[in-house]
Amino acid sequence: MAKITLSNLAHSYFPNPSGDEDYALKELNHDWVDGEAYALLGASGCGKSTLLNIISGLLVPSRGRILFDDKDVTEAPTAERNIAQVFQFPVVYDTMTVRDNLAFPLRNRGADATYVQQRVQEIARMIGMEEQLNRKARGLTADAKQKISLGRGMVREDVNALLFDEPLTVIDPHMKWELRTQLKALHHEFGHTMIYVTHDQTEALTFADKVVVMYDGRVVQMGTPQELFEQPEHTFVGYFIGSPGMNVLDASVDGTTAIVAGRNVPLGKPYAALTGKVELGVRPEFVQLTSDEGGIPAKIRRVEDVGRHKIVRLDISGQSVDAIIAEADPVPSGSTFVSFDQAGINIYAEDWRVDPIRESAA
Amino acid sequence: MNKTVNQKAWFLILPVLVLVGFSAVVPLMTVVNYSVQDTFGNNVFFPAGLDWFRTNLQSDRMWDSLQRQLIFSAIILLIQIPLGILIALNMPKRGFWASLCLVLMSLPLLIPWNVVGTIWQIFGRADIGLLGYTLSEMGIDYNYTQDWVDAWITLVVMDVWHWTSLVALLAYAGLQSIPDAYYQAAKIDQASRWKVFRYIELPKMQGVLMIAILLRFMDSFMIYTEPFVVTGGGPGSSTNFLSIDLVNMALNQMDLGPAASYSIMYYLVILLISYVFYTIMVNLDKRDGV
Repeated sequence: MAKITLSNLAHSYFPNPSGDEDYALKELNHDWVDGEAYALLGASGCGKSTLLNIISGLLVPSRGRILFDDKDVTEAPTAERNIAQVFQFPVVYDTMTVRDNLAFPLRNRGADATYVQQRVQEIARMIGMEEQLNRKARGLTADAKQKISLGRGMVREDVNALLFDEPLTVIDPHMKWELRTQLKALHHEFGHTMIYVTHDQTEALTFADKVVVMYDGRVVQMGTPQELFEQPEHTFVGYFIGSPGMNVLDASVDGTTAIVAGRNVPLGKPYAALTGKVELGVRPEFVQLTSDEGGIPAKIRRVEDVGRHKIVRLDISGQSVDAIIAEADPVPSGSTFVSFDQAGINIYAEDWRVDPIRESAA
Repeated sequence: MNKTVNQKAWFLILPVLVLVGFSAVVPLMTVVNYSVQDTFGNNVFFPAGLDWFRTNLQSDRMWDSLQRQLIFSAIILLIQIPLGILIALNMPKRGFWASLCLVLMSLPLLIPWNVVGTIWQIFGRADIGLLGYTLSEMGIDYNYTQDWVDAWITLVVMDVWHWTSLVALLAYAGLQSIPDAYYQAAKIDQASRWKVFRYIELPKMQGVLMIAILLRFMDSFMIYTEPFVVTGGGPGSSTNFLSIDLVNMALNQMDLGPAASYSIMYYLVILLISYVFYTIMVNLDKRDGV
């Protein structure tokens, strides 16, 4: 178990990267605190797996250093780092039995036979494969194989970190939930540093203490699920997290008011003058339908009833906006007005969130 | 489901039966026919029962050839299979050098057998051959026409030169099909190089290696052209393999009866060994489940 520090880290798959766009992973400074469970969330191809492979030593970064507890391991081979990693697709040793598969990492480290025996039994119970321990791994179903891969990842107790690269893709939904709960339980019990890569926000939010959101090779925000929900630092975080995602509208901001579609929207807090692309972000949960003509006029395009609530798809002068309203609320037909809850409004300049001017400073 | 019964449908397979009969069954039966008959010339034959089989089985000639043949095939397999795997493991995985290696490796496979024989026949001569001349200049007494050890070494090296590529290419294809994730997982699990070979590469190559072993065994067991061109079975009869011996018997001595029974037994041995291989392969696949 160790604290993992990334310092000025960047990686490009090209031998001579010229511009920013050649980098799969843009410059990054980050500490993974010992014993925390992180989720690394982002769309496919945003550099999540690259980052993971750099931490485990399967890739050597083009620039920057990696430290485990302040010891530089940038050039150290994977074996020396003592990391466990589980991949997206199952990897099992076909000719070995399930038992030998689970014991493999321990035996490679020369662990004591009785310890191996007992540890394998524990892991087999955890992944629910006690019955099949003596069976050859070949010919098992994909999710059984992936459970073995997970088990092999968890079998060593002394690993510096446990990395998961979208490990539950091939597992069926019911088992997914169970395995994720197991992983959480394991984390509480042993306190390993865990990094869990996923593009599924539910998976990320239920698994991790801290969620790291990546976009286009950059870490755009790190925070608790609540922080990601209330104050997305980047418009991408806004619409990637949440269902449906945050509404982002063109706006101009003047002091404590924003102007959206020609209407004034009170912000409740002052902002400095902004230039360039200015947008107002508000989550559907903070959008209300109102008959008050002081609101922003909107056209209702569609209403989706998802059971617990209704999602109203609206059109505000050509931009689409979603609102979530209670199941029992009536939906007016055709045109209506919307208003935004001040607490839920964030202002973005060039896609990055702008802090309001602090009252005390003003 | 209702099936229409129409015996005339048998006529549909008649053309195939005729073709196979003309090209395979009748010639084979001719051989069988010769193997159970004897003649004193003038195209007059009389039944000889199983005499020829008995004679062949009791003479040392066939047993000696069979023994030489088995030893030759065993040596070939013991050298070519490990060597082929070793080469495949060390070939570049992708890029220009991988393509170049593949082309260079395929070249020996494209050379006709008797050309290979001629190349080595000349290559090994002490007077005009590069290899033979170099060896004798180095003071090594090498002469494949006089010394049976030299003759064997020449034939084995020649076959290794000609066919190891095949094993290497097959093994290479097997290795290429292994996803990177396996190697990455092995690194994570801290497996040694040997364990990566033993538990990842070898199991994944198993299928192609069985084919490689089968092909190399059959080819080396039926080898004819190359030793015929290089040594002609000599010195003495030290490189008289089954095919060479058989051709001598059938064409040089015109002993059609013994030669026919010889070739039937030769064929049965090949059939038997193929069957053994087949059974092993099928059982390897079955080993999967519980």
